[in-house]
Amino acid sequence: MNEAGDWPLYEIFIRARGGLDHKHVGSVHAADAAMAIEHARDVYTRRQEGISVWAVRSTDIVASDPGEAESLFDPARDKVYRHPTFYEIPKEVETL
Amino acid sequence: MSEAVAAGGAPARPAQLFDYLLRIADTSLVLAQRLGEWIGHAPAIEEDLGFANTALDLLGQARLLFAYAAEVEGRGRSEDDLAFLREEADYRNATLAELPNGDFGDTIVRQFLIDAYQIVLYGGLRKSRDARLAEIAAKALKETRYHLRYSSNWLVRLGDGTEESHARVQASLDRFWPHTAEFFDADDLDRAVTGAGIAPPVQDLRADWLRQIEPVLAEATLQRPPDAAHRWYGKQGRHSEHLGHLLADLQYLQRAHPGARW
Repeated sequence: MNEAGDWPLYEIFIRARGGLDHKHVGSVHAADAAMAIEHARDVYTRRQEGISVWAVRSTDIVASDPGEAESLFDPARDKVYRHPTFYEIPKEVETL
Repeated sequence: MSEAVAAGGAPARPAQLFDYLLRIADTSLVLAQRLGEWIGHAPAIEEDLGFANTALDLLGQARLLFAYAAEVEGRGRSEDDLAFLREEADYRNATLAELPNGDFGDTIVRQFLIDAYQIVLYGGLRKSRDARLAEIAAKALKETRYHLRYSSNWLVRLGDGTEESHARVQASLDRFWPHTAEFFDADDLDRAVTGAGIAPPVQDLRADWLRQIEPVLAEATLQRPPDAAHRWYGKQGRHSEHLGHLLADLQYLQRAHPGARW
């Protein structure tokens, strides 16, 4: 049934409301960028999930190598002092 | 856009308004049923959903119109009774809506012609003297703009695509075109609701419809077919042989299990 096998894949990002970030929601196959936006509208905004859509060719995304995850991310594990949890917050500061 | 409604004239009788509402509602209902047949069969899952979304919009329009028609009729029938329990000759959809899906291109061409028609129809009905109908039309118009965008984009892709896709959608267009005459061919009922300020004069909608269609045909490198006489008047209950089969599917559940509910 899928004759769209030769359509490239697009990653879809949707902004739920004004002021929020576009968030990755999934991907669609499409012949070009315009079709990707329409497909994203039909697939991912059926239940009022968004007010804006971005589509990016999946091949245009540069990703980190999972094989390097250890060297990239593990060193942060034992550096709890990087979390700003050691400050005493003055009572006068109400909304922090 | 042409002048939407007549300024004066005799008010429509409830029976006329009822019949007129069915014409609009049945076209949406029958077309929704046809689009639903694509689910699981479209060239890509994204197109499955595209057709399904359009079908659900059309079904929603039909429901609003059936609910209103049932009130106008005042005989205790529900929207479901109207949708599921009428005989074939009591359906008043335009014939084009009931024609079989054919291939993807056929479906796109049929959709494109009806989308553009609904754009100009709802555009006129938005200014109807009947406030309820005007509200329904305003909601439907918003949905239909997307339907037309969707079918137009596909028509351009197919028409201005490969030699084969071009030939196939041109053939669809030639085959479906004569059925569009029914949209703009005013009969007694059309004249009555127009005179009552309920509906725009259908014969005047054609120029607006062509303005929607022609730029897209040009971009799709398709030839507008010559106008021709047509044989069926679905809006008067005289249908092609295809509607009966469609209704057998559509009505099966309510016929086999009367009153069945989710």
